[in-house]
Amino acid sequence: MKYPIELKNDKQDIYYFQLRLALCFGFVFLLFFILLIRLLYLQGIQKNHYQTLAEGNRISIVPMTPNRGLILDRKGLVLAHNYPAYTLEITPNKVSNLSATIDELSKLVDIRPADRKNFARLMADSFRAESLSIRNHLTDTEVARFSAQRYRFPGVEVKARLFREYPHHEKFSHLIGYIGRINKSELEQLEEDELANDYRGSGYIGKTGIEKNYENDLHGKAGIKRVEVDAGGREVRVLSNTPPTSGNNLILTIDAQLQEVAEQSFGNFRGALVAIDPTNGEILAFVSKPGYDPNLFIDGIDEQNWRDLNDSPDVPLNNRALRGQYSPGSTIKPFMALAGLHYNKRSPSYSIKDPGHFSLSGSAHRYRDWKKDGHGTVDLFKSIVVSCDTYYYGLANELGIDNIFNFFSRFGFGKKTGIDMEGEVSGLMPSQEWKQKRHNQQWYAGDTISVGIGQGYDLVTPLQLAYATAILANDGVAYRPHLLKEVQSVRVNERRLPKMDIEFNLNLNQDHLKLVKSAMVGVTQPGGTAARAGAGAPYTFAGKTGTAQVIGMKQGEHYIESKVQERYRDHAWFIAFAPADQPKIAMAVLVENGGHGSSVAAPIARKVLDHFLLNKAPQSAPAMHEAKGGAND
Amino acid sequence: MIRQRLWQRFIAHLDPTLLASLGILLLISLVVLYSASDGNWYRVLTHMINILVACTALWIAANTPLHYLMRVAVPIYLLGLALLIAVAFFGEIANGARRWLNVGVTTIQPAELMRIAVPLMMAWYFEKCQATLTLKNYCFAAVLLLLPVTLIARQPDLGTAIMVAASGLYVLFLAGISWRIMLAIFVTFIASLPLVWSTLHDYQRHRIMMLIDPSQDALGRGYHTIQSTIAIGSGGIFGKGYLNGTQTHLDFLPERTTDFIFAVHSEEFGLIGNLVLLSLYLFVISRSFIITTHASTYFTRLMAGSITLTFCTYIFVNIGMVSGILPVVGVPLPLISYGGTSMVILLLCFGILMGIHSNKRIVQT
Repeated sequence: MKYPIELKNDKQDIYYFQLRLALCFGFVFLLFFILLIRLLYLQGIQKNHYQTLAEGNRISIVPMTPNRGLILDRKGLVLAHNYPAYTLEITPNKVSNLSATIDELSKLVDIRPADRKNFARLMADSFRAESLSIRNHLTDTEVARFSAQRYRFPGVEVKARLFREYPHHEKFSHLIGYIGRINKSELEQLEEDELANDYRGSGYIGKTGIEKNYENDLHGKAGIKRVEVDAGGREVRVLSNTPPTSGNNLILTIDAQLQEVAEQSFGNFRGALVAIDPTNGEILAFVSKPGYDPNLFIDGIDEQNWRDLNDSPDVPLNNRALRGQYSPGSTIKPFMALAGLHYNKRSPSYSIKDPGHFSLSGSAHRYRDWKKDGHGTVDLFKSIVVSCDTYYYGLANELGIDNIFNFFSRFGFGKKTGIDMEGEVSGLMPSQEWKQKRHNQQWYAGDTISVGIGQGYDLVTPLQLAYATAILANDGVAYRPHLLKEVQSVRVNERRLPKMDIEFNLNLNQDHLKLVKSAMVGVTQPGGTAARAGAGAPYTFAGKTGTAQVIGMKQGEHYIESKVQERYRDHAWFIAFAPADQPKIAMAVLVENGGHGSSVAAPIARKVLDHFLLNKAPQSAPAMHEAKGGAND
Repeated sequence: MIRQRLWQRFIAHLDPTLLASLGILLLISLVVLYSASDGNWYRVLTHMINILVACTALWIAANTPLHYLMRVAVPIYLLGLALLIAVAFFGEIANGARRWLNVGVTTIQPAELMRIAVPLMMAWYFEKCQATLTLKNYCFAAVLLLLPVTLIARQPDLGTAIMVAASGLYVLFLAGISWRIMLAIFVTFIASLPLVWSTLHDYQRHRIMMLIDPSQDALGRGYHTIQSTIAIGSGGIFGKGYLNGTQTHLDFLPERTTDFIFAVHSEEFGLIGNLVLLSLYLFVISRSFIITTHASTYFTRLMAGSITLTFCTYIFVNIGMVSGILPVVGVPLPLISYGGTSMVILLLCFGILMGIHSNKRIVQT
């Protein structure tokens, strides 16, 4: 070595150097100890937490929407179905500049201001980081144009989705109802019911009608596909796949053809019709006119359509059959007659001399008959045939409100029928107690007299009246009215039938029933109030007309000159069942502002009966089966 | 016989213990890099070539007589400084920083050169005036240090600036600067923090803020730290197994062949693997400390001490930032991270260390 080596190192210097070096070494150990603690914390203590996070990074859960069940009529006609279409969807949290992206997209795909508005609303309503549709029903060219430019739009994709459609538009609207976007409160309800998992990825839920009532059957269960994704969100491989469970198909008790005939028979009139098979409670027709197009509601109705529907004086959104409450008018006379016989206030032979009016003893007030000069000598049979008011004024007075209340309640007046559709109202069967509570007034004898001809406090829904008629037709044996005939599981080819037990039996005197029924047959025969509607029928049918007075206009209703006259007119009622000796169908028809029951409501009932009893011979079982099989495919 | 003599001459200046532990770490780096690069053999091959070049540098450094090393100290330092100034004027801009200098055939990063030039220069300076060390000398040494550090920090390259500053500060500390002066420097440093903060670039401030709460910008600046922490934690005790790291192979981990390679290692080999890695590092460090204590001259002591402590600092800062206890400053994990320049400089340092050790033996014999 040529380099002069430093040998005169001060021992002190070396000592200080080594001291400092030792300090450094200690410090390095401290730093390594810190690292060790940190690694122990991350990889030991917090291991599970970070493993969960890593799995969350890696695994993306793709929900698969189940096919919603079909809704069919009793003969297999499809009333609600699904069809596939392409949608353009955006996952907002994967897109950095939303409005710029939509602007760019609109150069490829036709995006209208309404679509943007819709999307903004979906954004506000969306509860998960889900993909939201900006445009539905893309054309093939639009799909092709977007696919070519796809790489420019991370977070935007074209998806094939199934859309609900109601092919008959307004015809079954109040019956079927519609589905719509799940809103926040519905989601909360789903979470409460622990059903949220079944709804992963599905944006729709039944909102009204059958779609709502049988939501659990129709919806099915969402499937889940677990896929491994990379940091760019691209799918690397499928880890597991639980296919969705399709919703069940519903077969309704409704006879779609019958319903169509009924709807057509209404012409331009507003009103409702409910037809029930009295032997089992199956509802054959369920009409509320006017209807609306349920397809408008599926993806949220636009403002214009909503205003048109909501502000229309015809109130098309009101389900009159289920929720409309009207005075029953004379249609309650057969039930009054039964009550009179039941409580021994009237015998079949007892008759009155009808002067055309009735007065309570000690009162000058005259209750007028609809026929100015009266009907002459009137017994129970004739009282129904000619719809004599005077007879029932007296009867009601003698029965008293308590008896009337008790007897009518047994026929379901003033109570919900328990139909399998939400939103039913109970009508009103007044009692002394009710009046005290409601009006804080005692019950007057005059109140009873008005109730006796169905023009008092009493209110019925068309469904209620049809139900009461069915009970009467079936000799007091009641079946709960229902719309569901059968639930078909598509996957396991299994059927489920709703329970059809007798709801209750009124145990009425058969002679009383026979008398009242025969009087109702008389209504449709020469001399009866519905003789014209009954003329020439090759079957016997029982009926009763009714007229409900419309008391003025409601506050806040618009004054539309051309409509005033019509709106002041009475509501027309008709109840019927046929064939009279062995009823297969019972119904109630209401025509709003139709005038007299005999002239408007009864002919509608006749048309429906004709179709039901004549045009269509009873279907043979195998034919029905085929029809159902076809609809399933 | 001749061959045996040649071989002995060849390995005479190498330290077998240190060499063996370095070799194991380099082997680990190849294994981890293969996984981190998703089985990219080209990447692995380039890394092997880097290692070979670096090993050559190590051998040359180990066989360089120490007085040569002292002789080149000033020229290298001046050259580095000149290059840094050149970068400041003619450097190429990439990612918002002016760090690279195009010298025709390739682009170089002069800052890397300063990692060895600064301690060399300072050790040389202290050796020169060791007989009469006064406050003035320390001040001049501080200027020698601050000049390049400021230039590097201005590029901006915070990571390298910190590491160069650290290597120089270690020399100052080991040279025997008094505790009082160190305290004064420390107080001044703390006091000047607000000033430093105001000169920092936005992205540098952001990185420091991210350390305090990485989740406030989970998809932006905090992403690096969050994803590397998840990778480490999810590795658990035994790791997910070689080539099975999901964070690594599904692209969640950023810069995983370079600065964040420790997360790859942690995810696939777990806590056990990390204990092995840290043990190996500690072994290398311990050996380096032994060499330092046995260094015979003032110059070699300072040089060896600075090299050893800088090595430790690299490890701590890198693992600290990848595991989320230090800000992300862009410092590679020594011996493991991919990167030619830093690998060469690092092994050059170990070569110097070995040379220092072998010279000590020669002196004794």
